[in-house]
Amino acid sequence: MDLTFLSGQLFTGLSVASILLLAALGLALSFGLMRVINMAHGEFLMAGGYLTYLAAQWAGPNFLWLAFPLAFVGAGLLGAVMEFTVIRRLYGRPLDTLLATFGISLILQQAARQLFGSTGVPVTAPAWLSGALNVGDVTLPYVRLFVIALALIVLGAMWWLLNRSRFGMHVRAVNQNREMAAALGVNTRALDLLVFALGAGIAGVAGVGLALIAPVNPTVGAAYIVNAFLVVVVGGVGSVLGGAVAAVLLGFITALAEGLTSVSLAQAILLVVVVAFLQWKPRGLFPTQSRALEDA
Amino acid sequence: MSKLRSVCTTVLSVTLVATSTASAQSTVKVGVLHSLTGTMAISEITVANAAQLAIDEINAKGGVMGKKIEVVKEDGASDWPTFATKAEKLLTQDKVATVFGGWTSASRKSMLPVFEKNGGLLFYPVQFEGNECSPNIIYTGAQPNQQALPALEWALGKGYKKIFLLGSDYVYPRTANLILKKHITDMKATLSGEEYVALGGTEFSSVINKIKAAKPDVIINTLNGDSNVSFFKQYQAAGYSAKTLPVISFSIAEQEAQAIGTQLLDGQYATWNYFQSLPNAANKKFVAAYQAKYGKNAAITDPMAHAYMDVYLWKAAVEKAKSFDPMAVRKAIVGVSMDSPLGKITVDANGSLTQAVYTGVSGAGGQFKVVAQSKGVVAPQPYDKLAFPGKTCP
Repeated sequence: MDLTFLSGQLFTGLSVASILLLAALGLALSFGLMRVINMAHGEFLMAGGYLTYLAAQWAGPNFLWLAFPLAFVGAGLLGAVMEFTVIRRLYGRPLDTLLATFGISLILQQAARQLFGSTGVPVTAPAWLSGALNVGDVTLPYVRLFVIALALIVLGAMWWLLNRSRFGMHVRAVNQNREMAAALGVNTRALDLLVFALGAGIAGVAGVGLALIAPVNPTVGAAYIVNAFLVVVVGGVGSVLGGAVAAVLLGFITALAEGLTSVSLAQAILLVVVVAFLQWKPRGLFPTQSRALEDA
Repeated sequence: MSKLRSVCTTVLSVTLVATSTASAQSTVKVGVLHSLTGTMAISEITVANAAQLAIDEINAKGGVMGKKIEVVKEDGASDWPTFATKAEKLLTQDKVATVFGGWTSASRKSMLPVFEKNGGLLFYPVQFEGNECSPNIIYTGAQPNQQALPALEWALGKGYKKIFLLGSDYVYPRTANLILKKHITDMKATLSGEEYVALGGTEFSSVINKIKAAKPDVIINTLNGDSNVSFFKQYQAAGYSAKTLPVISFSIAEQEAQAIGTQLLDGQYATWNYFQSLPNAANKKFVAAYQAKYGKNAAITDPMAHAYMDVYLWKAAVEKAKSFDPMAVRKAIVGVSMDSPLGKITVDANGSLTQAVYTGVSGAGGQFKVVAQSKGVVAPQPYDKLAFPGKTCP
């Protein structure tokens, strides 16, 4: 590997990491707080992609200003409806949620097929995002830089929300001890709904980023869900910091494996690395210090 | 009153039985088996539509040997075991006379034993890697010497000497590229790299970095389905275009060009036996009929034209054999020839087509303009002489 190629692969690692992080952040939120294994999380990404397409239809070439709020609110509402109708009836029953959300994911995929057709819809990045920054011989496409920036902004916003806002304090309180938080006046039911909708909304925003580099079709969410779960598990359930570190780690491992061997082999190598890692640290990089986890 | 009712019921049931027996006698069932969902749906739904169009046309003119064709449509769901299950269902439960279907080689390979076991007949409309020859399959799409090799020769003729092979990770791209590599060496050109990405894969950063490092003159692309959307989005984002590094694709036609976004494909090449823009009369009629039925902006592709023509080939063979029996049809189809949307085609003894080859460049609206074509028609060679020496069809 020469230096140019290596630098290119480092950038690839960062770029893959940003997508992994975007896909995983919302999942980490609902998984961490509510122990909900949401198999339909990928479909919120998909919804974000389709809402981006609609935004492009309505707003023309500079559609991103509309796409972000639309995808955030749209996917968030979808999440709220899902929480209100299904998820809240299944708290404390992780296997049942797994099955129910898997069913919902199939329903949402089929709904997208009925609404938009199975072939997917074209979304083209706006003109100001086409082109690339050239640093020496390394090409950094603007679209990739944009997605990395997006991941950092979402990460920052989430960190602020969880650690600096009143809402975040409640979330952390419920995470540590649900009964005690409820006894002290936190409306845990409402909080569950809000957190789930927020996680879905973040996935919707991630869907906007994905639409710029990947296809928008009914199955696009399914392509990301496995890797999103890898990030959450490696990072440590419920830890935003862990998710971020895990995404970067997995991104670099992927890029390195793809660079040294072949792209088709890299996913297998990644899975072997993750399995080996979980043997060593079964609770992930940053396990949450909480008694609630031991019950789960 | 009750007597009247019982008379009525009797009359009604007699009529019902009479009509149902009559219809059972006047129809022949055929299967249409394609991925209507999943990653391949982008390409296969319209192929099923094209077969349906031919069936409707034939039915409107009285059917085949006096029988209307009845379609049993099944979804292979982009899942290869499902193709085998559905094929088994069509042959044993619905007892269809023939099946039109399949796109990926993986789907065909999983259906093949089912057709051989049950003595069924499959019309397979898509270009593939060759290296296979079953008496139960009519392979109407291009053999490697009718798409991949002419594309390579054309590229070398244009002065592109360093070739990068990119494909989805399954049997068709792997085998097609194995054949291409033998010919690249044989023709004193250079293989500058080779990469495979999982079917449905969406991340191409590393691939593009490898392409950048390898500095090829041209990329031969055997990616299938939605991966093409990701690849061309990311290819353009990395600053590449048809001018800086052309791509010749074997699985992108008019339909895929629309879904990818036509400006992403502008100036890129594809090699096929058919383009929607072909000027022959049979094609103009086909395009008009398809667009009348499925929308005036519907794109029409090589596999669709093959699927449409397959139904007519089957009809001609049935009428020649004077039988719907699959093996009698297989025997009779050899030598059947017709003027189709693809131009003049003939069925070879090995069950593949003798047909012309075209290379086109993608332009406005996702249409391809023909820039090169074979001298006359090309006879099919299921086994490449360099890659699989000594192997022939039985």
